[in-house]
Amino acid sequence: MRVALDPVQVARARGLAASAAQPVLAITREHTTVSIERAVLRMAGLEGADAEGIPWVNRLVDAVAEQVGLQHGVALPVWDALAAHRRSGVAGGADPLLTLAQRAAAGSVQFRIPQGRAEGSARTAALRAARGGVRRVDRQRAVRERLLARHPVEHQPWVYLIVATGDIHEDVPQAQAAARGGADVIAVIRSTGQSLLDYVPEGATREGYAGTYATQENFRIMRAALDDVSKELGRYVRLTNYASGLCMPEIATLAGLERLDMMLNDSMYGILFRDINPIRTFTDQHFARQVHARAGIIINTGEDNYLTTADAVDAAHTVTVSQLLNEHFAKQAGLEDWQLGLGHAFEINPDLPDSFRLELAHALLARTLFPDAPLKWMPPTKHMTGDIFRGYLLDAFFNLAGVLTGQGILLVGMMTEAVVTPWLSDRDLALQNVHYVMNAAGRLGEDFTPADDGFIATRARHVLDEAVALLERIDADGLLPAIADGTFGLMKRPADKGRGLDGVVARAEGYCNPVTEVLDEPRPAPRVAGPRP
Amino acid sequence: MSRVIRPYGDATGDGMVQVSFTLPIPHDKRAEGAAAQLANRMGIDPALVVHARAMGPDFTFFVVYGRVNHLVELDKVVVVERDFPLLAPKEVNARIKAQLRRPLVVVGACIGTDAHTVGIDAILNIKGFAGEKGLEYYAGFEVHNLGAQVPVPELVAVAGEVRADAVLVSQVVTQRDAHLHNTEEMTAAFREAFPRARRPVLVVGGPRFDESMAEQLGVDRIFGRGTTPAEVASYLVHRIVGEGRR
Repeated sequence: MRVALDPVQVARARGLAASAAQPVLAITREHTTVSIERAVLRMAGLEGADAEGIPWVNRLVDAVAEQVGLQHGVALPVWDALAAHRRSGVAGGADPLLTLAQRAAAGSVQFRIPQGRAEGSARTAALRAARGGVRRVDRQRAVRERLLARHPVEHQPWVYLIVATGDIHEDVPQAQAAARGGADVIAVIRSTGQSLLDYVPEGATREGYAGTYATQENFRIMRAALDDVSKELGRYVRLTNYASGLCMPEIATLAGLERLDMMLNDSMYGILFRDINPIRTFTDQHFARQVHARAGIIINTGEDNYLTTADAVDAAHTVTVSQLLNEHFAKQAGLEDWQLGLGHAFEINPDLPDSFRLELAHALLARTLFPDAPLKWMPPTKHMTGDIFRGYLLDAFFNLAGVLTGQGILLVGMMTEAVVTPWLSDRDLALQNVHYVMNAAGRLGEDFTPADDGFIATRARHVLDEAVALLERIDADGLLPAIADGTFGLMKRPADKGRGLDGVVARAEGYCNPVTEVLDEPRPAPRVAGPRP
Repeated sequence: MSRVIRPYGDATGDGMVQVSFTLPIPHDKRAEGAAAQLANRMGIDPALVVHARAMGPDFTFFVVYGRVNHLVELDKVVVVERDFPLLAPKEVNARIKAQLRRPLVVVGACIGTDAHTVGIDAILNIKGFAGEKGLEYYAGFEVHNLGAQVPVPELVAVAGEVRADAVLVSQVVTQRDAHLHNTEEMTAAFREAFPRARRPVLVVGGPRFDESMAEQLGVDRIFGRGTTPAEVASYLVHRIVGEGRR
């Protein structure tokens, strides 16, 4: 099902988004961040943490930053120091990078910015290490494609369920039960507060608040558990986590290394809702998305959040604007259409006359604007009142709008939203709701096309016009000033404020990031693994 | 109206209720018997197990209808009633202007790890909640909304800096009683940082707070589910500006 839009206006919207994003992309190319540099080390294979739980990547990046700064990147000083280690006969053991990090943390490594031939060999060695990591990411992508061929997911939308106990060993049986109940995607929601940690916790974790920490080991444990259940069900169950917050580039890297399938990754969410510095966010995000592109990971963007703070009718066009910006930033990082789980949500006040028609109009606008993207459709939360019976009805209408408008990823709504973290029975009832609607009306969209001059099509065009008007303003004022003014979600976030600003570094002439260099090398076109739109 | 009542199904005094729950056993005849037994022990007799559904091999979900033998004695019901007059925004502004002669300074935040600003935003943002504008809309309030995940020391520091008359904290996450622990941590920090007379009025809100626990948690007021900006504004005027004549 599609809605009739003016192709000139659509092109104008995309052009404005590209133009508004341009200065921000230029800024990201002039900066690096502590988390990007730590991601470089993670890609090169540095794992683990010291006795206090501080990851070795943090220790090593901090040591380099303190001695010679990060403006040239961490790679040149680190691989130069590794070469010096080898020359002077320091025992590197099985893992020279780890040994270097340990010695650097103890203050016994002298870093420098290598020049001339030393620079050339440090760069070559760093590239070799980065290429090893990227190759691991490529292998994981190949494994996913093989498993998908063996255990295909034939239907759409994909049914997306959240698990969040705080304890990875408790999450495993819950996730497997959810998969057996019909979930195609398991999202392990993170512990509240993780987005503001400037390090990635280490190991398997059993203590989290309203979620489970994203760690490399937790990723590994959950992916293995879902591989088991995928085999049992003959249906590949995808795993989702969050590449957001201060460690976005590192978590994206770990996701690629451990074969996560989808990652929440929004261009502005951290700025608006976590008060993370805008430059930090955009710079981190570009790197993270380059890794996602390579890993064949589908990103999920967070436009639903705007509608929880602003009115879903008045602010409908801000969702469209954000989707267009997300799309442009994503394409610039190498992501393809099938990897863009652009977000939107069913959050219109149900007491409003024609609320369902308005929802259909907004959902169809997104569907028509992004015909090849697997849209992420988010359930009602704001108008879930605690009346679970009414909530169950609202979720059914949400599900119906989702299947009718061809959404790619459907996050299952819970009737106990705003009451409790979902009980076993809540999840079971919610899945019954989804399956009833998919079974009863899954292909209903084939039978209807909204009338060109009808309410739905008119509303969709109106929202697009509003989006274009807002994009014109953003393009004229600049995206960063627009964010500072509270254009999105009513939050005001100036570019020189916010968390993580001290981790942003302007790149110097000769800055070296071996991971992005490897990612930028030409390679054969990958096979498409997204849901059919 | 009778002071003793019973639940109402479709006739006065029938005592009918419905409940649903899950038992950690496979679905079979015995499971349904177990559900009936539980319902009986909850005071539902006779209990009709109208629905039972296996959820995987180890759990069964039940819906039970039946008559409870308990009575509700309205005279013994205890609630926190609103003990201040509800004012229109105009009156709020007028009272602050006439009696305080300066804006009433409010600092709001979600503290600890809680990232759910829905509650504090509903009360503070101009947009407001349930058709009522938030405190930022009132000329009489100077609002500092610090947003999500504000560390308690930062909240205390800002409250001191801007000479807050009131501090509003919203807490949504209740896992492991995080809302209660965070609130206790906050009140302790304020007690330590301010002399009693200069301590801002402390207000917490959230859907899962028990409004009668204010004293126990060391706050001046708790607002529960469904609280509107006007109620909070009226309370602050009542409490800070006082009940003086206009």
